[in-house]
Amino acid sequence: MSVEATLLDAVLAALLLWLGWRALASADLYKAVVQFMVFGLLLALAWVRLGAPDIALAEAAIGAGLTGALLLDTLARLGAAGAADEPHPLRLTPARAGVALACLLLVALLAATVLALPADLPGLAPQALAALPASGVSNPVTATLLNYRAWDTLLEIGVVLLAVLGVWILDAEPALPRPAPDPMLGLLLRVVLPLSVVTGGYLLWVGSHAPGGAFQGAALLAAGGVLWHLAQPLRLSASLPARAAVVAGFAVFLAVGIATAVLGAGLLTLPPAHAGALILLIEAVAMVSIALIMVALFAGRAPTTVDGRQ
Amino acid sequence: MSGVVWLDALSLALIGAGVLFFLAGSIGLLRLPDLLSRLHALTKADNVGLGCVVLGLMLQAGDAYELLRLVLVWLLVMFAGSLACYLVAHSAVTAEATADAASPAATATAAPAASRDER
Repeated sequence: MSVEATLLDAVLAALLLWLGWRALASADLYKAVVQFMVFGLLLALAWVRLGAPDIALAEAAIGAGLTGALLLDTLARLGAAGAADEPHPLRLTPARAGVALACLLLVALLAATVLALPADLPGLAPQALAALPASGVSNPVTATLLNYRAWDTLLEIGVVLLAVLGVWILDAEPALPRPAPDPMLGLLLRVVLPLSVVTGGYLLWVGSHAPGGAFQGAALLAAGGVLWHLAQPLRLSASLPARAAVVAGFAVFLAVGIATAVLGAGLLTLPPAHAGALILLIEAVAMVSIALIMVALFAGRAPTTVDGRQ
Repeated sequence: MSGVVWLDALSLALIGAGVLFFLAGSIGLLRLPDLLSRLHALTKADNVGLGCVVLGLMLQAGDAYELLRLVLVWLLVMFAGSLACYLVAHSAVTAEATADAASPAATATAAPAASRDER
């Protein structure tokens, strides 16, 4: 590696540690949130440096973008009184010392495990690449996510589904007085929303042979949806169509799993002849569901009137 | 051969100029006293700085497709950047106007928004 690249990596690592520390230690929660978002963007850059553009895309869109928007929205709902942290957020208390000790122990265990591995361990990459022709896609990351380890991805989609169910059930958000929507925000929306749809669809399609996929495409769609909600508050009620669309991604994935278990070689073992089409089907439905879930998490539940109508 | 060298030199000069704009914008963001002058410094870095860097990179582009993508990136950032600048400035001015309405309740609700925009 060249000197410049090493220098860049060193600066990146130092900045990440410093920003992480600042985000934790800042007494001003607004500053902490902004530092967390910058931390996410730099982390995406670190993933690029590590040769993992798929994770970099997801980190930039979900970790920095959507999580940042959710945190800012939370701060606005907390109001002036709730947004102030205690003066010294990192002052050592017995509970914090305990957590810190547990974390240090975990780090020590991880380090010991990594050091105990043989130095020339080949890893699973050769096997993943060898099975690629039968996986239905040519991007090893997508093949891993939706074929070799489809079970993990199914459960991940289940987790985001549970999150939105929680938001809809809680129904305890203080309503924010919305300022009158700015006409310029509408202009931004008119240009950015079609772009987010086109780019999201592109990422979904390109995921079969290059970095991209359902989660990345969904994050872009959701970004457009969040902007929409800011320009003109969306009334995303838990109506039957909305609930069906939110559940569809998980349901289709599960249906494919059950079909392969009953008719084929086993739960989520995709038949090589149809693997490509099945992966595209699962990803397309999952993308719409995940995007809707993310927007629903941001928009919260539509206020219900006394007689229960939305 | 000398044509390629000239192209590289021009690229370097353009990217260097862009980096200078970004540096000036960052210093302005850190040193200028109030929100509007900071935005002023920042948008120059966004528009002209990125424009210079994109122009410099366009000279190194391999094909027309790459060229087009660079132009699209620049246009998109210029569009979104100027609108974001307007939105930040607009919300700051609105918050100030609400604070000037001088009723204690209005000051209490506008204060967090105003202090937030100052950062």
